[in-house]
Amino acid sequence: MLGLNKKDTKFLLIVICLTLATPFLMQPFAEGTALAQFNGGYPDLMQRVAIFGIFAIGFNILFGLTGYLSFGHAAFLGVGSYSAVWMFKLLSMNIIPGIILAMIMSGLFALLIGYISLRRSGIYFSILTLAFAQMSYNLAYSVLTPITNGETGLQVRPTDVRLLDGANAPDYPNLFGWTMSTSYKWELGAHQFTFNVGFYVCAVIAIAAFYLSLRIFRSPFGLMLRAVKSNQQRMSYTGLNPKPYTLAAFVISGMYAGLAGGLLASMDPLAGAERMQWTVGGEVVVMTILGGAGTLLGPVLGAGAIKYLENIFSKINESVLHSWFSFLPDGLEDAVVWLFARFTGDGWHLTLGLLFMAVVIFLPGGLMEGGARIRAKFGRRGDIDETGAATKTPAE
Amino acid sequence: MDQIILQMLNGLDKGSAYALIALGLTLIFGTLGVVNFAHGALFMIGSFCAVTLQKLLNLSVVTIDPTKTDFLGNPAKIKTPYVEAWFGPEMGAAIIDWSVPLAILFAIPVMLFIGWAMERGLIKHFYKRPHADQILVTFGLAIVLQEVIKQFYGANPIPTPAPDMFKGSFDFGQMIGFEANKIIYPYWRIVYFMFSMVIVAGVFSFLRFTTFGMVVRAGMADRETVGLLGINIDKRFTIMFGVAAAVAGLAGVMYTPINSPNYHMGMDFLVLSFVVVVVGGMGSLPGAVLAGFLLGILESFASMNEIKSILPGIDQIIIYLVAIIILLTRPRGLMGKKGVMED
Repeated sequence: MLGLNKKDTKFLLIVICLTLATPFLMQPFAEGTALAQFNGGYPDLMQRVAIFGIFAIGFNILFGLTGYLSFGHAAFLGVGSYSAVWMFKLLSMNIIPGIILAMIMSGLFALLIGYISLRRSGIYFSILTLAFAQMSYNLAYSVLTPITNGETGLQVRPTDVRLLDGANAPDYPNLFGWTMSTSYKWELGAHQFTFNVGFYVCAVIAIAAFYLSLRIFRSPFGLMLRAVKSNQQRMSYTGLNPKPYTLAAFVISGMYAGLAGGLLASMDPLAGAERMQWTVGGEVVVMTILGGAGTLLGPVLGAGAIKYLENIFSKINESVLHSWFSFLPDGLEDAVVWLFARFTGDGWHLTLGLLFMAVVIFLPGGLMEGGARIRAKFGRRGDIDETGAATKTPAE
Repeated sequence: MDQIILQMLNGLDKGSAYALIALGLTLIFGTLGVVNFAHGALFMIGSFCAVTLQKLLNLSVVTIDPTKTDFLGNPAKIKTPYVEAWFGPEMGAAIIDWSVPLAILFAIPVMLFIGWAMERGLIKHFYKRPHADQILVTFGLAIVLQEVIKQFYGANPIPTPAPDMFKGSFDFGQMIGFEANKIIYPYWRIVYFMFSMVIVAGVFSFLRFTTFGMVVRAGMADRETVGLLGINIDKRFTIMFGVAAAVAGLAGVMYTPINSPNYHMGMDFLVLSFVVVVVGGMGSLPGAVLAGFLLGILESFASMNEIKSILPGIDQIIIYLVAIIILLTRPRGLMGKKGVMED
C-alpha cells in the first residue's frame, strides 16, 4: 500500500492509530485521583508533541541519515513562524496559505544556508550552522524589526488586511472555519478526554510527515544519504557527488522545521525571535538523540517524551512534593522535598541535561536502542531491523 | 583618529575575554582532541567563583547596638562582616573591596579541580567516540552546570563591583596627547586587558620554557611516540585540561565587574568563542589569541554609528559574517596547521 512493503504498511498503520489515539493515551488516569496530574491529554501539550515530532522527524533526515550535526535548525523554525504569521496578517486566517509559505520560505532559507555550510563537514559544519542561526536571531531582534517586530514578537491584530477573509471569517487561525482552539470534551465515567481541532490538524500533518520520512528512508535517495554518512570518500570514488544529496537532505529537513514553525504559529498566532535562538536548535538535537538518531520512530518518541516530561516536571512544585512525602518525619520530609525540588519545577532543565548526558554516555542509540536491548534480553529475536535501533552512533 | 583609538580600546576588553576562552578551548582541543562545548560553562563558573567569594566575605555577625535605634524604636542591628571582626575594620573593608581580585586565588584551585574532575570523570571516556558524541555530551554537561548554578544563585545577574580604586574612568586621550574628554576609558577594562595579557604570556611561556610544557607540546605533535618513550602523557594532558579550565575561569572572574554574572553567560560566550577558535585556526594557540582580539575589535568598530548608518545591523552579525567568510576562503583559519581536524 502506498508504495510500502507489507511490514512497513503495518508499521505505518500502527503509528497512525497511536497518533490518532493520543488524546486517550496521554490521559490514562481518571480525573480527581492523585495520579491525574500525570495526565498529559490537554490540547496545548498534545499540539506541541505533534509539532516537535515533525521538527525532530525532519532533523533526523539530516542528522540521522547523513550524520551532519546542525545546531542551526531553530532559524528555520523561526522563519516558518514569521512567514505563517505574515500570511495570517495579509491573506487569511486560514492556516493553509500560512503553512505553505512557511515551508517555501524555510526551504529557500535552508537552500542558502545549506549551500554555504555544506562546503565544510564535521565540527566546522556544526559551527557554521550555529553561526547562521545566531546571525538570524540577532538580525530578527535588531535590524529586521519592521518584519519581525523585534522583542515584542509578531502578532495578529484586528486591523490587519487579510485580503481573502470575508467579513465574518473567524479571528483565530482556522482550517476552513474550524478554529484551532476548538475542543470537544468527552466524559467517560471519571475519565475526561479532550479532542482538539488543532491537535488533529497537527496529527494528520505529522502522519504525512512521518510517511514521507518513511519513504525517504526506504528510497534509493535515503540509501545515498546513508552512504554520505558511512563513507563520503568511497561514495565520490564510485562517481557520485555527495553534495547534492546532502543539500537536498538539508533543505528537506529545513522545510520540516519551517512546517513545524508554521504550525506553532497556527496554534498560537505569535512569532518571536527567541524561537530562533540556537538553544532551541539544541533542543531538537536533544530530542532526536534521546529517541534515537537514525531510526524512524525515535525522534517522535524523543519529542513526545521531552515535551511530556517538561510539562509534568514543571508542574511538580514544592507543595505537591510535600503532599507526596507527608508520610515521612518532618525533618526528613523537608530534606527529601528540598532534594527533589532541585530536579522538578524550575529544575526541569537540570533533569533534562542529566537525562541527555546519560543517554549520550550509556545509550548512544537512544530510547530505541534501549528498547531493543530490553527485547533482546528477554529472549525475543532482535528483529527490529533498520526500523528499530540503528546501533551505530552517528558518524562525523 | 580619536574615534578609531576609542573603538580599538573598546574592543580590547571583549577581545581579551574571547581570546582567553578561545585559548582554553584550543588547549583542550590541541592536547586531547576534544571539542568542549562546556567551555562557556567553565567561564561562567569562574565568574561565580567571584560571586561566591564576595558572598563568603560578606558573611556577617549580627550584633545589637543598644545606643542606636532604628525607625521603629527597636535597638538597631548592626551587621559586621566576620573579616572586619577578625582583621579590624579597615583591613576587613579593604579585603571585601578587593574581593574580585582575591577571587583569582580562590578560583585557581577550584577551576583546576573542576577541570581535572571533568576530564577524569567524563571526557576520558569519549576519546574514542566520534566528535559528534563529544559535542553532544559536553553540550549536555553545559546545560547541567548552568542549571546547577541557577539552582544556587537564581536567575538574576549578581552585581560584583571592582575595587574602589579601579572604579570610574580616566582620560586616555589626554595621556597620549589628544584633546581632553575625547577618549574616556574605564580603569577596570585596562586592568582586564593587562590581566589577560599576563595570562596569555603565562600560558605560552609555560608551554615554551618548562620541561612540562615541552612534553605537552611533544604530546600535541605526536601523542603515541611520547607515550612509547615512557612518559605518562595522559596525566599531563589531564593537567592541561585543568589549566585550560582555570584560564577560562580566570577570564570569568575578572569579567564580573564588566558584566554582572548570570547563569546563561556561558552559553552566550560559547558560540562566540567557537567562532573565534575556528577563525584563528583549530589547534593553533597564537591563532586563537589573535582572532580573539581581532574579532573583539572588529565588533566594536562595527558598532560605530558611522558604520551602522551605512550597513544597519552590521554590529550584530559582523563576527559571524567574518567567521563564515574565513571558513569558506581559508578553511584552516588564520593560523591553522595542516592536518589538524581536516575533513
